Amino acid sequence: MAEKRGWLQRLKQGLARSSNSLRERITGVLRRRRLDAEALEELEEALIMADLGVETAAELIAELSRERFGREVEDREIRASLAAAIARILEPVAKPLPVRPEARPQVILVAGVNGVGKTTTIGKLAHRMRTEGRRVMLAACDTFRAAAVEQLRIWGERCGVPVVSGRPGADAAGLAYEALERARREGCEVLLIDTAGRLHNKQALMDELAKIVRVLKKLDPAAPHDVLLVLDATTGQNAHNQVETFRAMVEVTGLVVTKLDGTARGGVVVALARRFGLPVHAIGVGETAEDLQPFAPEAFARALLGLEEETA
Amino acid sequence: MFENLTSRLGTVFDRLKRRGALRESDVDAALREIRVALLEADVALPVVKDFVRGVREKAVGREVLKSVTPGQMVVKIVHDHLVELLGGSHSGLRYGPPPSVILMVGLQGSGKTTTSAKLARRLDRREKKRVLLASLDVQRPAAQEQLATLARQAEVACLPIVAGEDPVAIARRALETARREGFDVVILDTAGRLHIDEALMGELEAVRDLAQPAETLLVADALTGQDAVNVARQFNERIGISGIVLTRMDGDARGGAALSMRTVTGRPIKFVGTGEKLDALDPFHPERMASRILDMGDVVSLVEKVAETVDRDEAERMARRMAKGRFDLNDLRKQLQQMRRMGGMSGILAQLPGIAKMKQQIAKANIDEKMILRQCAIIDSMTPQERRRPEIIHASRKRRIARGSGTQVQDVNKLLKQHRQMQDMLKRAKKAGGIQNLLGRGLPPGMPPH
Repeated sequence: MAEKRGWLQRLKQGLARSSNSLRERITGVLRRRRLDAEALEELEEALIMADLGVETAAELIAELSRERFGREVEDREIRASLAAAIARILEPVAKPLPVRPEARPQVILVAGVNGVGKTTTIGKLAHRMRTEGRRVMLAACDTFRAAAVEQLRIWGERCGVPVVSGRPGADAAGLAYEALERARREGCEVLLIDTAGRLHNKQALMDELAKIVRVLKKLDPAAPHDVLLVLDATTGQNAHNQVETFRAMVEVTGLVVTKLDGTARGGVVVALARRFGLPVHAIGVGETAEDLQPFAPEAFARALLGLEEETA
Repeated sequence: MFENLTSRLGTVFDRLKRRGALRESDVDAALREIRVALLEADVALPVVKDFVRGVREKAVGREVLKSVTPGQMVVKIVHDHLVELLGGSHSGLRYGPPPSVILMVGLQGSGKTTTSAKLARRLDRREKKRVLLASLDVQRPAAQEQLATLARQAEVACLPIVAGEDPVAIARRALETARREGFDVVILDTAGRLHIDEALMGELEAVRDLAQPAETLLVADALTGQDAVNVARQFNERIGISGIVLTRMDGDARGGAALSMRTVTGRPIKFVGTGEKLDALDPFHPERMASRILDMGDVVSLVEKVAETVDRDEAERMARRMAKGRFDLNDLRKQLQQMRRMGGMSGILAQLPGIAKMKQQIAKANIDEKMILRQCAIIDSMTPQERRRPEIIHASRKRRIARGSGTQVQDVNKLLKQHRQMQDMLKRAKKAGGIQNLLGRGLPPGMPPH
C-alpha cells in the first residue's frame, strides 16, 4: 500500500504542473456561474492547451454542454464530470503488458522516435520482470547511437540480466536473431529488444525495423509477441503520426507513455485512446527503476484535472 | 517538414482562391479551418488566437474583399503574417570579444549535445572560427564522453574531462583554456532536466554570470506540444535567451513549436536541426519557411545548397564538355555524387514549389535513395574504356558489370538508357544553344531526365 501511495504521489507531482494550470483555467472560468457558450469555449481551450487535441476537446465539451448547458455550475463539479468522461475513454485501453508463459521466450520489441526513453523503459521493464522472478534477456539492437549499448549494459548490470550486443554499426536484425537464438538456448522467459530511435518519416530506418520483425519470425513465427511503441508525454499532436506510421510498418500492440514526471501533459493519450484504442501498458513517472507504473485511467484523469490533491 | 500543416492550409486556400467575390463569412469560415489546422500543428493556443485575430482584421478590410482576386489577397495576408510570426529576416550569431561564449540550454532529450557539436562544426567549417566545446553536464552519465566523441567526429576541440568538477568550475576552466590557447568561440553544453526546476535554473544562472555568453541558445524539440511555450517562456525569464535552435525538424513535426516559441519569447529562431549527420544544421530563414508552409517552395535554399555542394571548377569543366555535346559515364557518375551530397532526391524535391501536394504520391512511389548508390556502383564496375564509350557495352560485358556491382543486367540497362537519354537531351539542347544558359542559372546539372 505504501508503494502504491508512493507512485500516486509521484504521478500527482508530475502532473501537478499541467493540472495546476489546467485547474486554474477551469477554476478561473467557473467559480460559480452559468455554463454558457462563452464558458464552454474557455473550457474547450483549457483542454486544448493540455494537448487533448481539437477534436477530443470539442467532443468532451459537447457532451458537457448536452448535460448541463445553461445551468448554474460549480468548478469542482465540472472538473469531476470532465475527469469521469476522460476516464471512460481511457478505461478500455488500460491493460497491463500480457504475460505469455506459452512463449519461450516471450519476445518484446520496443520502438519509438529518438529521445523518448526507449532504453530507460526497457531497463525498468527488465527490473520489474526480474522482481517477479522471470528470466529476462536484453538485446541492444540500437547499434546506431554511440552510448546506447553502454546504457543498456548498465541497466543489465543493475538488475542482473544478460545483455546481447554487437559492434557499433552492426546489423540490427542479425543481432536480434542471434539474441533470440541465445535466449532460447538459455531458456529465458522474456527477451526485450531495444531498437534505434528513428524519426518515423525516415523510410530506410523504418524498413530496418520491419526487417528485425521478419528475421525474428524465421525462428518463431509468433515473434515478436508484443511490439511496444514508446511515446514522450510532452509530444503534442504529432503523436498521432507516430502511432500511425509505426503501425503501418510493424504491428504495434501497445503503448508506453514516458516522462509523465516532466512537464507531464500527456493529454494526447486521451486522443490516442479514442482514435486507435491501443492498450497503454505502462507509464513512466520518474528516472528510477521503480518508476514504471501501470496505467490507471481514473487517477490519470483526475490528476490531469487537478482533482487528486483535494481528495487526498 | 511542415507537410501536414501545408497540405491542410493548401485545401483552405484552394477553396478561397476559387471563389470570385468573398464575403466576410467566407473569410471567417476559412479562418476557423486555419485555427484548427494551426492547433493540430501544435501551435500554442494564445498564439493561434492572436494570429487569427490579426489576419481577420486585415482580411475583412474593404480593399481585400473588393480586390479582383480576394482569395489571393487573403493568402498573401496569411503569408505576411506568418513571416512576421516566424521573425522577419534571418538573424545570425552575435559574437563578443574572443573567446565569445555560446551557452546551450534546454530540457532533457531536446538534442543539446548533438546540436552543440553541429554548431561547433559549422562555425569551424563555414566561419573559420577556432571552436572549443565543453560539456557542463555532470548529471547524465556519459554525457561528457558523448560530447567528446561527437567533437572527435566533428573534428573540433573539446575540453579534456576532469572527473568530479562542478559545472561552474568546468566553465571557468573552459574560458581559461580558450584564452590561453587562442580559441575564438567557446560552446558550453549544459545539463538538461526533465522539467524546469530550481536547481537547474540556479546552476545555469551561475554559469551565465561567470561566462557572460554572447549568445544563449535554447535548444528545443520541434515535436513538443502545447507545453513548448511554457518551456520557452521560463527559460527566457530566468536565464534570458538570445535565440532558439529547433531540433528534429526533419521529422514530420508540423512546426507549431517554431511558431509559438518565437512569439512567446520574441527571440529569433537561429538554426534548425534537420538530420542525424553532423552537418545537418541549417540557418533558419523565416521568409522561406513561411513560403514553404504555404507551399510556395524554397528555391533560394535549393540554389544555395547546389552552389555549396557543386565544385565550381568541376562544374565549369563539365559545362564545357557538355557544350561540346560530350557526356560520358564518368560525367554521369560525378553528377550522381553531387546529388547524394545535396541530400538525395527527397532532399532536393522537398525544396521545390508545389511539391507538398504530391508528397504523398512521392512517398508511395518510394524513391529509393540507394538507387543512386547502386548506379555509382554499376559505373564503378566498368573499365575506363567502357565509361568513356558506353556503346561498346554488350551482353557479356553487361553480365560482368552486373555481377561486379551486385545488381541485375536490367539495372545496367536502365542506367545505360538513362545516360543515352541525357546525351540526346544534351545534343538537342546544344542545337538550341541553351546549355550555357541552363547552367548559368545555377540549376542542378544532375537532375534526372524525367
